[in-house]
Amino acid sequence: MIEVENLSKRYGRTLAVDRLSFTVRPGRVTGFLGPNGAGKSSTMRMILDLDAPTSGRIRVNGGRYRDLRDPLRHVGSLLEAGSVHGGRRARDHLRWLARAGRIPESRVREVIELVGLQSVAGKRAKGFSLGMGQRLGIAAALLGDPGILVLDEPVNGLDPEGVRWIRGLMKSLAAEGRTVFVSSHLMSEMALTADHLVVIGRGRVLADLGMTEFIERNSRSHVRIRTPEPERMRDVLTAAGARVRQADDGFLEAFETDAARVGDLAAANGLTVHEVSTWSASLEEAFMRLTAEATEHRAGAER
Amino acid sequence: MSAETARAVLGAEWTKLRSVPSTLWTLLPAFAVSVGIALSFGLVLRGAYDDLRPESKASFDPVGSGFNGLRLGMIALVVFGVLTVTSEYSSGTIRASLAAVPRRGLFYGGKLVTATAVAFLVSLVTVLITFGTAQAAIGSTHNASLTDEGVPRAICGAVLYMTLLSVFAMGVAAMVRSAAAALGVLVPLFFMLSEILNNIPGVRTVAQFLPDAAGGHVLRLVPREDTVLGPWTGLLVLSLWTAAAVAGGHVSMSRRDA
Repeated sequence: MIEVENLSKRYGRTLAVDRLSFTVRPGRVTGFLGPNGAGKSSTMRMILDLDAPTSGRIRVNGGRYRDLRDPLRHVGSLLEAGSVHGGRRARDHLRWLARAGRIPESRVREVIELVGLQSVAGKRAKGFSLGMGQRLGIAAALLGDPGILVLDEPVNGLDPEGVRWIRGLMKSLAAEGRTVFVSSHLMSEMALTADHLVVIGRGRVLADLGMTEFIERNSRSHVRIRTPEPERMRDVLTAAGARVRQADDGFLEAFETDAARVGDLAAANGLTVHEVSTWSASLEEAFMRLTAEATEHRAGAER
Repeated sequence: MSAETARAVLGAEWTKLRSVPSTLWTLLPAFAVSVGIALSFGLVLRGAYDDLRPESKASFDPVGSGFNGLRLGMIALVVFGVLTVTSEYSSGTIRASLAAVPRRGLFYGGKLVTATAVAFLVSLVTVLITFGTAQAAIGSTHNASLTDEGVPRAICGAVLYMTLLSVFAMGVAAMVRSAAAALGVLVPLFFMLSEILNNIPGVRTVAQFLPDAAGGHVLRLVPREDTVLGPWTGLLVLSLWTAAAVAGGHVSMSRRDA
């Protein structure tokens, strides 16, 4: 469990993290979502005690990270910027980590196999592709078999097969009862993996809720209608309280109503309809709307 | 801190050091340059000794002359000291290191102890072989032998001199975190500035206390006359510089974000 309480971080004149409070619980994947520069990486660095908070506090399994006995056995982390020396062989990188974390050397081979790096384990990291580097980072995170995983943009640079693999991995780690905290700037990615969402923008929490709840609350759908009598249809729908607009492709788009109601109204008014379908706005749009509102609001408040 | 924790940190640092050959390669010139200069300088002296003026003959210092190459070779040890620390920052390894060992003092101490041990061993081998090579090249008529008065002191002092300069470099590197910045300060200081300033009479009263100048007295059998420092007091001054640099590095390590 990770508890973040009233956390703020100032770099020079920039307030990167602004009174952030949330809790990451075990047994589920918690997505940490926000546009680039929202303060995700800073928060993750502070969880690992790499950066000191300006104010507020973080508890990892009830205490400070630096007070954990053998931290690698409690928390595995993958940070965005990478943390492998290019001149070092992949296996040696894991080896020194194992020594530092008092993890049996046999575990090095296990994680190399787990992430599928057997063929390049003896190669120096500078020749690695972004995806291979990401896999090595994930191997390092899993080395201590930790109960908590902090992963900053883990799908970055992975090929589609790797992306699918990491999604499955995160889900299975959470299913084993582990705490999985994963950041992303892509809503679509989170929709596929996260059970819970913490959305931040400009360093502040914008939403902290279950994924299903987020979808229900934020997906605005509309009904698309193809009809030879668009004028009459528009009048009928507007009279019934819907908002209607003409799409470029000739369809009518009706908001604040649903397909069944449109069908009923058409039948009751004797209208010919060629097609009625429901369209859902993407979660990406919902996310953009959420963060854009926050940005505007904040920009207004600051001046 | 338990002994196990300390062992784990030292083991990790040793594994790190061994696994990046480019850092270790920087040590080779320390040996090659020191021994190479000792050999050529010694051979020149052997041939030219008889032509020296009487006063030069009187103040001839076979040990100090033989150790001339160390002043160049130690630059490699300085580079090694700097790279050991700054490569953590340039590669981003520092984040993994501190995630594994979040107590900064413990991590910093482990790194310094490991790198210092390596610097010490390289210094020891370099100094011994440099001494042997120089004395053999100078020839038995004018050279010094291990049992001569002051020679064991000069040899031990030379090993400490090289090791301390390397540790000084580690401390400076921990303060500035960048190889370019650290070497940009240290190389001109040791290579040129210290030498130049110590040849200006007025400035010399202060410049003799610069780390490499102060520590350098121990390399000589015949002391310089224009200094208040002796071999051991000079080495003490260098030790103080080193302690200050290490302490400064520790403050930077503990207080600043990784």
